[in-house]
Amino acid sequence: MRTLSTFHGGVHPPQNKDESNRLPIAPAPLPARLIVPLRQHIGTPARPIVQPGDLVLKGQMIAQAAGPVSAALHAPTSGRVVALENHAVPHASGMPDLCVIIAADGEDRWMERQPIDYRNVDPATLGERLRDAGVVGLGGAVFPTHVKLDSGTQQKIHTLVVNGAECEPWITSDDMLMRERAGEIVEGIKIMAHMIQPEEVLIGIEDNKPEAIAAMRKACQGTNYEVVAVPTLYPTGGEKQLIKVLTGKEVPSGCRPPSIGVSCSNTGTAYTVHRALNHSEPVISRVVTMTGNVSKPQNFEVLIGTPIGEIVAQAGGAKADTRRYILGGPMMGFDLPSLEAPLVKSINCVIAVSDALFPTAPPVMPCIRCSRCAQSCPAELQPFELYWFAQSRNFEKARAYNLFDCIECGCCDYVCPSNIPLVSFFRFAKSEIFSIDRDKKAAEIARERFEFKEARIAREKQEKAAMLAKKQAQMKAAAAADPDAAAKKAAILAAVERAKARQVASDVPSGADQTTQSSEKP
Amino acid sequence: MLVAILVMAGLAILLGAILGFAALKFKVEGNPLIEQVGAILPQTQCGQCGYPGCAPYAEAVAKGEAEINLCIPGGNAVAKGISELMGVEFKPVGGDDADSGPKPKQVAFIDESLCIGCTACLKPCPQDAILGASKLMHTILPDYCTGCEKCVPVCPVDCITMVPIKEDIASWKWRYPVIPLQNIAAESEGQP
Amino acid sequence: MSSPYLQNPGSGVSGIMLRVLAALLPAIAAYYYFFGPAILVSLTLASATALAAEAAMLRLRGYPLRYFLSDGSALLTGWLLALSIPPLAPWWLIVVGTLFAIVIAKHLYGGLGHNLFNPAMVGFAVLMISFPSHMTHWLTPLPLVHDGLSLAQQLAYFFGESLPSGMNLDAVTMATPLDTIKTQVSLGRAVGEIRDNTPIFGALSGRGTQVIAAFYLLGGLFMLQQRVITWHIPAAFIGVFALVAGVFHGVDASRYAPPLFHLFSGGAMLGAFFIATDYVTGPTTPKGKLIFGGCVGLLEYVIRVFGGYPDGVAFAVLIMNAAVPLIDAYTQPKVFGHTK
Repeated sequence: MRTLSTFHGGVHPPQNKDESNRLPIAPAPLPARLIVPLRQHIGTPARPIVQPGDLVLKGQMIAQAAGPVSAALHAPTSGRVVALENHAVPHASGMPDLCVIIAADGEDRWMERQPIDYRNVDPATLGERLRDAGVVGLGGAVFPTHVKLDSGTQQKIHTLVVNGAECEPWITSDDMLMRERAGEIVEGIKIMAHMIQPEEVLIGIEDNKPEAIAAMRKACQGTNYEVVAVPTLYPTGGEKQLIKVLTGKEVPSGCRPPSIGVSCSNTGTAYTVHRALNHSEPVISRVVTMTGNVSKPQNFEVLIGTPIGEIVAQAGGAKADTRRYILGGPMMGFDLPSLEAPLVKSINCVIAVSDALFPTAPPVMPCIRCSRCAQSCPAELQPFELYWFAQSRNFEKARAYNLFDCIECGCCDYVCPSNIPLVSFFRFAKSEIFSIDRDKKAAEIARERFEFKEARIAREKQEKAAMLAKKQAQMKAAAAADPDAAAKKAAILAAVERAKARQVASDVPSGADQTTQSSEKP
Repeated sequence: MLVAILVMAGLAILLGAILGFAALKFKVEGNPLIEQVGAILPQTQCGQCGYPGCAPYAEAVAKGEAEINLCIPGGNAVAKGISELMGVEFKPVGGDDADSGPKPKQVAFIDESLCIGCTACLKPCPQDAILGASKLMHTILPDYCTGCEKCVPVCPVDCITMVPIKEDIASWKWRYPVIPLQNIAAESEGQP
Repeated sequence: MSSPYLQNPGSGVSGIMLRVLAALLPAIAAYYYFFGPAILVSLTLASATALAAEAAMLRLRGYPLRYFLSDGSALLTGWLLALSIPPLAPWWLIVVGTLFAIVIAKHLYGGLGHNLFNPAMVGFAVLMISFPSHMTHWLTPLPLVHDGLSLAQQLAYFFGESLPSGMNLDAVTMATPLDTIKTQVSLGRAVGEIRDNTPIFGALSGRGTQVIAAFYLLGGLFMLQQRVITWHIPAAFIGVFALVAGVFHGVDASRYAPPLFHLFSGGAMLGAFFIATDYVTGPTTPKGKLIFGGCVGLLEYVIRVFGGYPDGVAFAVLIMNAAVPLIDAYTQPKVFGHTK
């Protein structure tokens, strides 16, 4: 039995998982219109490679990876690209973003698929295949998976951690996937293990999911993968927290797990790795928990780009007192801006919200420095200090108190007796600091460009002066060389003198001054 | 009496020695203040402060010759930064007490159908952010434009306008959380 | 609105304050038993004054009355002050102390959550400095007098400062055990001898007061169990306090009372569990809490034994309150993923 480590803090919010894990994963029907946002992963948004009017097949690439941290996007079904335009997307800002909009033709015709045997392919090529199949972390952070599994550039990975903790309340999509498709998840883990050759593979699952643990243990028979039941404690599913629990090691601040020789991927991601290579199916669907204030909470396998309103309808529709929807879990999710917004790769759960299920928080009181937030913080921060700095816009101090180690898990908010929206303040402070840093960088570039321009103008002036001097010298030399020239010059000078004399005679003295001055100018 | 005098004298010598040592040990070369002020300024080189550029203004501020609240594009944030650096009292930009944030960021835009290609705007641009040649249409490089507005008055056909930069999903910022006290009052009055 | 959307079903600020008040109840019952009904009167008066002052200040500062009044913090301040001052005190002493605590020490510093100094202890210190004679008359506890003052007699003193005819203040009050030790030791008598020959001493410390101290300890353990407070401050307070008392007692047992005596006399237990543990004016980091608790314990002993005042909790806490920002700044815990 493995000895588990612990992380500081954590909370035990009510689970509410039983609502949605009683029914099996159901396929959602094909919608008439699919909206595929180009920004579906961390890093550079994908670059579209289709035009409105193009016909596309199911699984055909419609946008390619742009840059090293990026991934491709694919048509979720066959049909015609009708537009490339801004559309409502699931984003905390509620702002629209560029999407490829596809009208389904209803035939759901696949493109030609070419599965490969990963055992005969080198890891770099497999990484490219994953990137081109749009495989990204489906736990919520949507970090491109091929970057995580890139063994060439980083230090040796000795531990592969597969994250099946699913610590957020209400969500059961990973749970159901592990119960129903454990074998396929393990096939995906095999591919990942093939790519990075770790010494051990640990699959962490919270002990509130006994069925999933049993299914995964069964599927892992014959391998040396270890399924570890970890104690249920939010946020064990946080990447750094799970690694701490399983290995006892802390990922250094500001670093990713590979810096300590660990790679961490979600179980849902492992499943898509398997589908992408063994079946040549890119990521065009995912399992979503539709739960909360709906008639039939259940998990659905939904095509990426399906309007979220249709998922709500699949679960029997929202009950009458539904006020809004949460995307993701109740601890870290965000408000759905519109039911027209499509499902994207990062969304693992949709919760219909009623006042009964999620009562409004009581009014905010002043911070009484009880330090319950610090006691619950898995990043071992002092949230009330950060709150103090953020609300007084003392951003440098907030940074010095390690604001950027905050994972926004919401534990501090949850325990605060004064109901202070701490995480909202931290998000505010973080984005202000980002913006300040951006401005600083821009100012730095502006200063450099300005100094460069000044230097250029000074140089040009100098060059002009040098050229002029050279020309004059040449002329002088030429005059000296030409005997006629001297006589000519004398004649000109004499003429100028005569003219001057005339002017002096007719003008007031000041005017004479002016003319002399002006004639002295080159 | 003698003891007291000796103690005081000894203290004076000791403290003097410490100060002298510190002066040598922690000596600061040059005048980093100008650079520090310059680092706070937005470097638009717009001249709206009355100085020909950001560097001259930084120098004037560092010498104490200029007010700290003259930087229009930087707004109160810059004024605050300078006041903290210089240890002087903060004054809001524009002089009034209104909390004027930084001026909304903008970039110049050339209406290419009107541009006559006179190159008049190329020279005043401190960033070399306008591309163009004689008799050819000019265009702004929006990534480098700092919105200093120096090109606007020189255009003979008024084809340059300043366009505010719109917030998009990538530059979007989380807002300051609003906890209105009135709401608390209303809710608490509504409680049974 | 943004996440998290879940709120702890816990009871909020008022819930915390109410549990602290509840933890004080056993000691109040013991108080009532040993010193008569005066304590209930002074608690009522302190509560009323505290709430009235709080309401007035909230109104002046434009805060919603009902919500903030019900947080229980003003009530707690009033109770702590009433429990700190002698059981037989005139009404104006309580009113002045409570007003000072709420108006000046709490609201003029910014109200709930913003005050630097423990309001109840500021009120106590003001009374101690301004009205020392009223602050040193302690009623003789019940086991030592056959029939204590009746409710009417206590009320008469409370509101009119008049005692039944033929009775003067010295007849119904006495010096506290701490005071007795201090004066007698200065006259050259040994601690053991004093304790054996003076009827006010019980097994641990003063009769009556030792029981009240034990009930404060009980209330403190209840708050620990309820996780209202953490163990750090009381443990460090009691540990350092007992250690210092033990060292002095070990060096010269005839002049210094044993640690247990000190722990169960005066305001040590009240201070360790209820006053030094105040969130707002105390440190927040675990290490900081240990330092704070230890220093308060040390100062409490030093002031009580070597200082001019009968007890040292208030001054020890106030001095350390001033050091809290510094303690917090220098005891920031290691952050996840950082190497210290």
